[in-house]
Amino acid sequence: MVRVRPIKSPAAQAEERAHEADHPTSLVAAFGVDQPLSLDCGVDLAPFQIAYQTYGTLNAERSNAILVCHALTGDQHVATVHPVTGRAGWWDTMVGPGKPIDTDRFFVICPNVIGSCMGSSGPASTNPATGAPYGLDFPVITIPDMVRAQAMLIDRLGIATLFSVVGGSMGGMQVLQWTAAYPDRVFSAFAIACATRHSAQNIAFHELGRQAVMADPEWRHGRYAEERTQPHRGLAVARMAAHITYLSDAALHRKFGRRMQDRELPTFSFDADFQVESYLRYQGSSFVERFDANSYLYLTRAMDYFDIAGDHDGVLAQAFRGIKTRFCVVSFTSDWLFPTSESRALVHALNASNARVSFAEIETDKGHDAFLLDVPEFLDIARAFLQSAGKARGLKGN
Amino acid sequence: MSVQQQTLPLSGIAQEGPGRYRGDHLLVADMVDRGAKVLDVGCGDGDLLQLLEGRGVDGRGIELSREGVNHCVAKGLAVVQGDADTDLVNYPDDAFDYVILSQTLQATRQPKAVLENLLRIGRRAIVSFPNFGYWRMRLQLLIGGHMPRTENLPATWYDTPNIHFCTIKDFVQLCDEIDVRMERAWALDSSARPLRLHAPWWFWNMFGEQGVFLLSRGKGR
Repeated sequence: MVRVRPIKSPAAQAEERAHEADHPTSLVAAFGVDQPLSLDCGVDLAPFQIAYQTYGTLNAERSNAILVCHALTGDQHVATVHPVTGRAGWWDTMVGPGKPIDTDRFFVICPNVIGSCMGSSGPASTNPATGAPYGLDFPVITIPDMVRAQAMLIDRLGIATLFSVVGGSMGGMQVLQWTAAYPDRVFSAFAIACATRHSAQNIAFHELGRQAVMADPEWRHGRYAEERTQPHRGLAVARMAAHITYLSDAALHRKFGRRMQDRELPTFSFDADFQVESYLRYQGSSFVERFDANSYLYLTRAMDYFDIAGDHDGVLAQAFRGIKTRFCVVSFTSDWLFPTSESRALVHALNASNARVSFAEIETDKGHDAFLLDVPEFLDIARAFLQSAGKARGLKGN
Repeated sequence: MSVQQQTLPLSGIAQEGPGRYRGDHLLVADMVDRGAKVLDVGCGDGDLLQLLEGRGVDGRGIELSREGVNHCVAKGLAVVQGDADTDLVNYPDDAFDYVILSQTLQATRQPKAVLENLLRIGRRAIVSFPNFGYWRMRLQLLIGGHMPRTENLPATWYDTPNIHFCTIKDFVQLCDEIDVRMERAWALDSSARPLRLHAPWWFWNMFGEQGVFLLSRGKGR
């Protein structure tokens, strides 16, 4: 059953979010005008900041750092309570003491991506030139831009080589971009439920989401913060549509079927008669509480532009030539957003590059979201992969 | 048929004990040099790969069954889910020192194409397969009048994954046909022990329960 929580007024939520965008409840690395982030669009972004969380302790050799890359609407709070929603960390099945990404053994770094709204520079951040939120004045960013910013953070933390880079979905894209751009800085890479390029169908879904946001009259061409409005209806619709793509037909059927919500008979109206409708409405409304509409536009765009092969003369294997990184690729049978065929194409390219790669397809009906859920077979593989990579890296405790 | 027969290097069997590893795995592992790069096609639960990695070999695997792959990955092995019939084409030429096809050839749809691919991506191939010319097989067909079933091949005809059985004689003929050089060959008995060496082919074909071949490219390739 769907849990009903009291929802703060949209104005109060907006205020809280605006505060997080500039002053996050986490660590922040600020880069001044002397250290610009050069973006793919040609703009040098400066100053800028990266909000991040760390867990565990960096060892003396600085060899046990794992970078966790979050997905589209994730954040740095991978295993800590979210400051706006009060919910547990988004990947607490994977990250924590004794978990596969064991914070007793590894030093875990989770940065908020550039373009997001939880404290790393993005459209919701204050533009130092105007004193108002950037809105659409923020430059369009890409997955390589996000990774370039993360590399600057890793430099600042004094880490030459990451023991592992781990992520699912958009996080998996960052993992692959890391290995393509900085192969010598990544000892192992764990890419989950992702692809080396965004498919036409996925771009289409993103465009649907963006159009829903932009069709909301409250969006005001991205200037809603200054005009004290909120495109929450548009963003909620975008989230509802996207959420369907994260699940599967079987999972929806198992969870809801055609069951009615608090009623026996149809009301012959457009109320949420069905449980699945009520669930989706809840997903939409709880999302707008925590996420910035413009950030949603920017991050979906970044995923759309992602195409590693395109950056390497159309030959994917070229991106991984001679790479020494140990890869683990995982897909899920019921994931139709990033189907197994995408992972297989990646694995073929890695094989062609002679890379050391493991690839497993996990059977589950939980769809794309399976990587965030308690799927024991998947978590076992994560644990084993990191353990064997740790052994190869000479980490203690293996 | 020119097969170079040599003394069997069986030292590994004594050290690791025949109970722990399959006899054909030990035989295969003894053929592979330390530090070699090896692809095990149809690697199952990864037993052979584990044996090889323990001996300092850089091993990779392909396995069709999802459960097999997940077991392997959980053991920390570099194994990908894939199909010998369709996925070998994605590997570049000369990618491996050895490509191993252990008890899998008979389950492929196109054994000939698979064999050719093995010797394209690997400088050498090690192939083992159940010998359908084994006397127990022949007897079951001749006397029993039914498709043979043995301890090592217990499946019935309607649920077996093995769709392309062959005899040792058939395999040798195929190697000749596609210009594959047989560097070494063994026939193993039902306990996976090698049969005596200087026996004629008909003897191996009759009394070997499985054949193990070390192959390389012929002169014309």
